[in-house]
Amino acid sequence: MNILEAQNISKSYAGHTALNDVSISIPNQSIFGLLGPNGAGKTTLIRIINQIIEPDQGSITINGEALNQNHIGLIGYLPEERGLYKKMKVGEQLIYLAQLRGLPTKEAKEKSKFWIKKLGLSDWWGKKVEDLSKGMAQKVQFASTVLHEPELIILDEPFSGFDPVNANLIKDEILELRDKGCTIIFSTHRMESVEQLCDHVAMINQSEKILDGKKSEVKAAFKKNVFLLKHKGSFSLEENGVTIESQEILEDDYYETKLKMDGAHAPNELIQKLLSKTEIHGFIEEEPSINDIFIEKVEGGNHE
Amino acid sequence: MNKVFLIVQREFLSRVTKKSFLLVTFLVPLIFPSVGFLVGYLALNDDVEQKVIRVYDESKSIQLESNERFSFEAVEGPLDSAKSRFNSSEDFGLLHVPDINMFEPKGMVLYTMDNPSLTMKNGLENRIESVIKANKLISMSLSKEKLDSLNTSVSIKTINISEGEEKETNSGLSAGIGMVAGFLIYFFLFAYGGQVMQGVIEEKSSKIVEVIVSTVKPFQLMMGKVLGIVSVGILQIMIWVVLIGAVMVGARAFVGTSPQEKMMTEVQTEMLDDATQEKIESSKEEKMAQVMDEIEGLPFTKIIVSFIFYFIGGFLLYGALFAAVGSAVDTPADAQQFMVPIMLPIIMALFILMVVVQKDPNSASSVWLSMVPFFSPIIMMGRMEYAETWEIIVSMLCLVGGFAFTIWMAGRIYRVGILMHGSKVNYKVLWKWMTMKG
Repeated sequence: MNILEAQNISKSYAGHTALNDVSISIPNQSIFGLLGPNGAGKTTLIRIINQIIEPDQGSITINGEALNQNHIGLIGYLPEERGLYKKMKVGEQLIYLAQLRGLPTKEAKEKSKFWIKKLGLSDWWGKKVEDLSKGMAQKVQFASTVLHEPELIILDEPFSGFDPVNANLIKDEILELRDKGCTIIFSTHRMESVEQLCDHVAMINQSEKILDGKKSEVKAAFKKNVFLLKHKGSFSLEENGVTIESQEILEDDYYETKLKMDGAHAPNELIQKLLSKTEIHGFIEEEPSINDIFIEKVEGGNHE
Repeated sequence: MNKVFLIVQREFLSRVTKKSFLLVTFLVPLIFPSVGFLVGYLALNDDVEQKVIRVYDESKSIQLESNERFSFEAVEGPLDSAKSRFNSSEDFGLLHVPDINMFEPKGMVLYTMDNPSLTMKNGLENRIESVIKANKLISMSLSKEKLDSLNTSVSIKTINISEGEEKETNSGLSAGIGMVAGFLIYFFLFAYGGQVMQGVIEEKSSKIVEVIVSTVKPFQLMMGKVLGIVSVGILQIMIWVVLIGAVMVGARAFVGTSPQEKMMTEVQTEMLDDATQEKIESSKEEKMAQVMDEIEGLPFTKIIVSFIFYFIGGFLLYGALFAAVGSAVDTPADAQQFMVPIMLPIIMALFILMVVVQKDPNSASSVWLSMVPFFSPIIMMGRMEYAETWEIIVSMLCLVGGFAFTIWMAGRIYRVGILMHGSKVNYKVLWKWMTMKG
């Protein structure tokens, strides 16, 4: 079941195409990475999902229903550009933002108090936002994004503004929310920052989707059959379909060797052959990082 | 719609709970009448001091009688010795009247140590003129009694019968209230229009706006802000009216009449000779009663309802434009270039009110200009007492059309503008935003 389906979304601003025929499906209870460089069109797509702007073409459904005003309460949105009303008190602000998401006053108050306590800001309830440190303001903003218990949480460049301590805290909160049933969309151009968290990814480059799918499948598709071998004692290999890409001395007689195999061989066969030649200390398949995949995909795309 | 109410509520509460709002709201009604009272009080006290004026009258024909303002003392000549004696005295002035022909009284000089005020010079001239006038009449063999009976004081009652029933009006009073109402709207358009713009810029520069517009339509946010601020304005005016009313009643009870009125009559009587003054005294009470009647006879409901209508209408019209400007820029400094076309019609309206309407509220230009939505909130208030019912209805309809148009236009600029950061904006860009689809 997909919580969100976007089909053939196009959007252009005076003479500039921001999104060109982009379709994505976001499965329920997933952490979905929306990846791409700055200016690729990620924020435009997010704004369309948030009904801030309308697509020129295409349609979006949430839980199978065409996107409409009733979905506002189901979505929590943390924009790339963070900000709160500086002159407003922390508590009042949270209640206000929750009410705008459709929560009744009483519930908004309870939830605000709950989250403020959870994030360790109870003493700041009656303080103005301008009196808070940047880290605290970020926590307040995060609380405002999730306190109405949205089914779909959209975080645009979530870790760019947060300090490492808060970033970790928020990672933990996100995982907890996912386990409770939330779906999370991460949008970022810093792909390494979300690589471990995401289970699904979509890549957008120059207004077009260039790749999407389950992270494990994407990675599998881009596997190069390169294996990293740590071993004692040098060796050479004369075998069809296997080449030694590099061999480095770590210390004394210890080496690290990169082996590339063609698809016809299974890793176990290789190990078997190596057993007789050297003392194996480690054998691991080198996985391409999302970043590598992206670069490869973009460069491949540009050559076409 | 519920969400618009939430926004209105926030805009309203965040402003009325500010210290500066409370300060302005409660101090202004105290300060203005107090200043008026103080000025009046000082002016009155100043006049009470009797000025001694030495009179060296070579013509032997100017018989000036002392009153509470002037004390006249005849002195002997020649002029040089009179001057030197005056120099060493504490007296206020030395009036030299040469040997004049009554029909051509020239060459009178007042020597003083300080510069006399204009009212004082006028007062003295009036006194001398009436003495000369009396002398002339006597020389034409009119008796003193007949002379006194020539002086009359008249006050005309004006009664408006256009509404079917006879209604006593005082064009001065109701016109004055209209003018004040027009000016108040002018003042609020500036003060609160600026607040709309500031509020929009604040939301935009603090980046909160993206979160807000993910929950409400940009148009709802804009309207919520404008309506919230206009409610603050209405609350403030209501508090002012009540407080000023209370202070005025209090001051009246304390002084008897308002200080300004007292000063006015003081100055007027100064210009009349003594005989007339008594008559004015007698007609004064009648006048007071008349003024009280007129205050009671004022169409308060009409004034208040139309004031609130034009205030809200005018504010919607201009507030939306101020919001559009705020949405287009990143800082208040950038807003300057777009302010002129908004401020110009407001200032023009005030000029029209003070020049055209003041002169003749029923002239063709007054009537037609009070229909133009950009001017009507200020101008129509000023000529409310004179306008025909159809004129008011047309003017109000035009205003509704006017603000519907500016709100639509501003909304289209606003929805694009609030999400644009760091772009260089000019009128061409605004036009592009406005005509942008979606």
